[in-house]
Amino acid sequence: MSGYFLSEDELLLKNTVQDFADSEIAPRAAGYDESGEFPFDNFKGMSDLGLLGLTIDEEYGGSGGTFRQLAVAVEEIARACAATSTSYIAHLSLCAQFIHMWGTEGQKRQFLPTLANGEHIGAFALTEPGSGSDAGAMRTTATRSNGSYLLNGSKTFITNAPEASVFVVLATHDRNLKTRGIDALIMEGDSEGLSVNPLKGKMGMRASSIAEVVFEDCAVSEENRMGAEGEGFRETMQVLNSSRISIAAQCVGIAQAAYEAAVSHVKQREPFGQKLAELQAIQWMIADMATQIDAARLLVMRVASMRDAGMPFVKEASMAKLFASRVAVEAADKSVQMHGGSGYLAPTPAERYYRDAKVTEILRNTALVIARVSCEMG
Amino acid sequence: MSQLRVLVGCKRVIDYAVKVRVKPDKTGVVKEGVKHSMNPFDEIALEEAVRLKEKQVASEVIAVSCGPQACQETLRTALAMGADRALHVEVSGSEYEGLLPLGVAKILAALVKKEEANLVVLGKQAIDDDCNQTGQMLAALLDWPQATFASAVSVEGEGLAVTREVDGGLENVRLSLPAVVTADLRLNEPRYATLPNIMKSKKKPLAQMTPGDLGVDINPSLTVLSVEDPPVREAGSKVEDVDQLIAKLKDSGVF
Repeated sequence: MSGYFLSEDELLLKNTVQDFADSEIAPRAAGYDESGEFPFDNFKGMSDLGLLGLTIDEEYGGSGGTFRQLAVAVEEIARACAATSTSYIAHLSLCAQFIHMWGTEGQKRQFLPTLANGEHIGAFALTEPGSGSDAGAMRTTATRSNGSYLLNGSKTFITNAPEASVFVVLATHDRNLKTRGIDALIMEGDSEGLSVNPLKGKMGMRASSIAEVVFEDCAVSEENRMGAEGEGFRETMQVLNSSRISIAAQCVGIAQAAYEAAVSHVKQREPFGQKLAELQAIQWMIADMATQIDAARLLVMRVASMRDAGMPFVKEASMAKLFASRVAVEAADKSVQMHGGSGYLAPTPAERYYRDAKVTEILRNTALVIARVSCEMG
Repeated sequence: MSQLRVLVGCKRVIDYAVKVRVKPDKTGVVKEGVKHSMNPFDEIALEEAVRLKEKQVASEVIAVSCGPQACQETLRTALAMGADRALHVEVSGSEYEGLLPLGVAKILAALVKKEEANLVVLGKQAIDDDCNQTGQMLAALLDWPQATFASAVSVEGEGLAVTREVDGGLENVRLSLPAVVTADLRLNEPRYATLPNIMKSKKKPLAQMTPGDLGVDINPSLTVLSVEDPPVREAGSKVEDVDQLIAKLKDSGVF
């Protein structure tokens, strides 16, 4: 279907992950959505396949590989279970990748092997009740004291936090310095003074846990800072840019799932003695969906190729994420519409895709912020 | 016992999930632009061979595929799943359309001699033509013992103990080596290729040859006249009682 522009090993990876996702992850997706439990067995399977270490160098226990391969894998996981892909992205593209990009040699050796094999789950703590994309307004403070930082403040909407053993935390040592006062610190989940309060009631992505993380005089060694003091914000921006490739691939996966469900439904359903698929109004919708999804996938693969080639890719990543998240929401919406009444409730997966899709327009910067970034960069 | 050199057949077939369509000219089925993958029974055969290697019973696992250039994708999968090296016997165009189990068995027989293999594991049949002949023909050509429809394989002394799925039960056979085994569905559950193994598969050797290089004549002894869709099942009708049913059956000449 979309194999022609993939290399032989990308195609092999796609087929493998597709088989795995179809037979192991997809059958569990509705159950996890209902229970809201963390999909540990999916993580185990992804770990066995080496997917948790994708794009992490082999010398740190990763699987190596390219961002194109990551995009291929994320799409297939998201197609089967979007919530699993959300936790996967938070774990790999935010937490592990942050350490991979900015950690010292010692930090990489200490933390990456167990993240890459799934023994530890990673989380990334940036967002606060009063600051999201506007990181300069951050209030969590890191006060120096005897070779350590003492953290105080709270983070919210932190994906994977209830399960995480490793946190990458952003905190400011001087709020007057705004973004230049922010440091990136690696913390262990069992640190004293760190507490996690799970948040319930998510619209979608329910199996992917989120929580509030509170720091009360929580000590972390200066040795756990990544990069120079005050560099945390700059580092974060680069990690977020890179992670947009994964988010965009996730969007394509959700859209593809919604599309496949719609196609299967309209081929079966026969109201008024005629299959829905034979109606031109439906055919137009299907053709539009297929075209939009393919266009989104091409944008994802373009930015992944640019990232792999070491070219600047900020604008292209933002565009891919902006476009693909809209495509995911639209495809999920159309899919519910084509399903009619049955699409509005489980066990038809259409309603889940619809709920899961919406957050992609919000997370890792809202569509509005990304539109501004894309616009400013011309 | 001496270590086994295992040859495994890996046929490239239309993926099991694809809805197959007959070509308008009835010469075959539509293969262009259709997802292909390794014959599922061959995946099972390969998995068994790789497990023999992991148990250090086998020293080398060699994957073979006969067909067009695209078979190399299937062989890469085999290498990523654990085969040590791959052999692609290129057969394309009309020659491939006419390639029959006997032709494949002759190619495999030649490769067995060339590679000095002492165990061949094949799928019991391919899901495209459902022939279920290649393993049996190969055993005959080599004059080796065979155990088809295997659901369990273990090494016993200098030979193999194989459980076969037969009508009405299981049959346990013992065979001496060298031998041919064909895999049934319940023999094992094939693994997924892992990402590191996918990467490594690129570095594993894949040799190309033609039937001519092996001195094998694959001229078909059969010609396909026409490929037809299965007949469409017609709607049934409901009867009120047994008498009406019998009357209907008598009318239709069944009874």
